[in-house]
Amino acid sequence: MTRQQILDLYFMDARARLIDLAAFMDRVERADGEDDFRMSAFREALKELEKGNPDRAKRVLLSFSDPSSEPIERAPGKGAIGAYPHTK
Amino acid sequence: MRYIEPHGHMVSRTTDDYQDMALAGCAAICEPAFWAGFDRSSADGFYDYFCQLTEHEPKRAAKFGIPHFCWLCINPKESEDTKLAEEVISLIPQFLDKPTVLGIGEIGLNKNSRNELKVLELHVEVAAKHNQLILVHTPHLEDKLKGTKLILDVLKNDKRIQPERVIIDHVEEHTIQLVLDAGFWAGMTLYPESKCTPARAIDMLEVYGNERIWMNSACDWGMSVPLAVPRTALEMKKRGHTAELIDKVIYQNPLQFLQQTPRFKLL
Ligand SMILES: [Zn+2]
Repeated sequence: MTRQQILDLYFMDARARLIDLAAFMDRVERADGEDDFRMSAFREALKELEKGNPDRAKRVLLSFSDPSSEPIERAPGKGAIGAYPHTK
Repeated sequence: MRYIEPHGHMVSRTTDDYQDMALAGCAAICEPAFWAGFDRSSADGFYDYFCQLTEHEPKRAAKFGIPHFCWLCINPKESEDTKLAEEVISLIPQFLDKPTVLGIGEIGLNKNSRNELKVLELHVEVAAKHNQLILVHTPHLEDKLKGTKLILDVLKNDKRIQPERVIIDHVEEHTIQLVLDAGFWAGMTLYPESKCTPARAIDMLEVYGNERIWMNSACDWGMSVPLAVPRTALEMKKRGHTAELIDKVIYQNPLQFLQQTPRFKLL
């Protein structure tokens, strides 16, 4: 597909998702209290979008990932949170 | 359109889903053993589940003209209790001769703990000893990259394991290359909220090629779409991919992998 065709197919969807992201950040900041490592990770991941690399999706995923390599002693539960608390 | 659903947890789905899948051209469904959404209290619960997967569910699927196959294991979400896991794993060999059992799966890791790793190794041992295909679940979200690397290490260090007989599922943009470079098959799971959207799955096909790769809905009791594979095929068509390529990805590729066991037979 040409770049124009890709834009025709996906621009409206991407535009809507971008506005959703903006509204999400406004919503978080409007609410009382502190945010946490998830929001820091989110802001770090956003930076990847503007760097001009051809593999942004991969880099965003990497930025949310646990960078360690050793198995943990015990599973703390079953679920995942979506971001890694780099400061823990 | 014809397609194979290589990963669907049909015990959690309705007969309407079977009907929709049949109408969409589903030629076979493969069901890996999964966590029930709650912890089963004993190995007996797993015995019943394995009977459900090997006896009851194929009959339910047959009513819609779809052959149903399964994979057996204790899911990594229940692997922290190694004593229970050992009991469950000891039940598996008696089911391996059932006519619709494809192999061991979906095994792998969830939170990347030592016990999960130990249980993964026990499963790999059973698969190697009984010459079974393997289907691997990789962890979710922030745990996926680390888990994928740990799983690949276990599999690569066991010289009995042939990578072309192992599918590593739920790959995303940050793990797909690791899996394909090591010679394994890669599964892309099409989920509405986590994992991968149709658009991204097609991106990965365009970037990483269409060999040793399949797509699945992994539909289960959570947010998931049983028709995710045919819907993605439709999106491939919109993206200008040929009918031949679409057929390769959603039918020929899973067929090529699954036919490595003589159990996998289409009607
Ligand atoms: Zn699954």
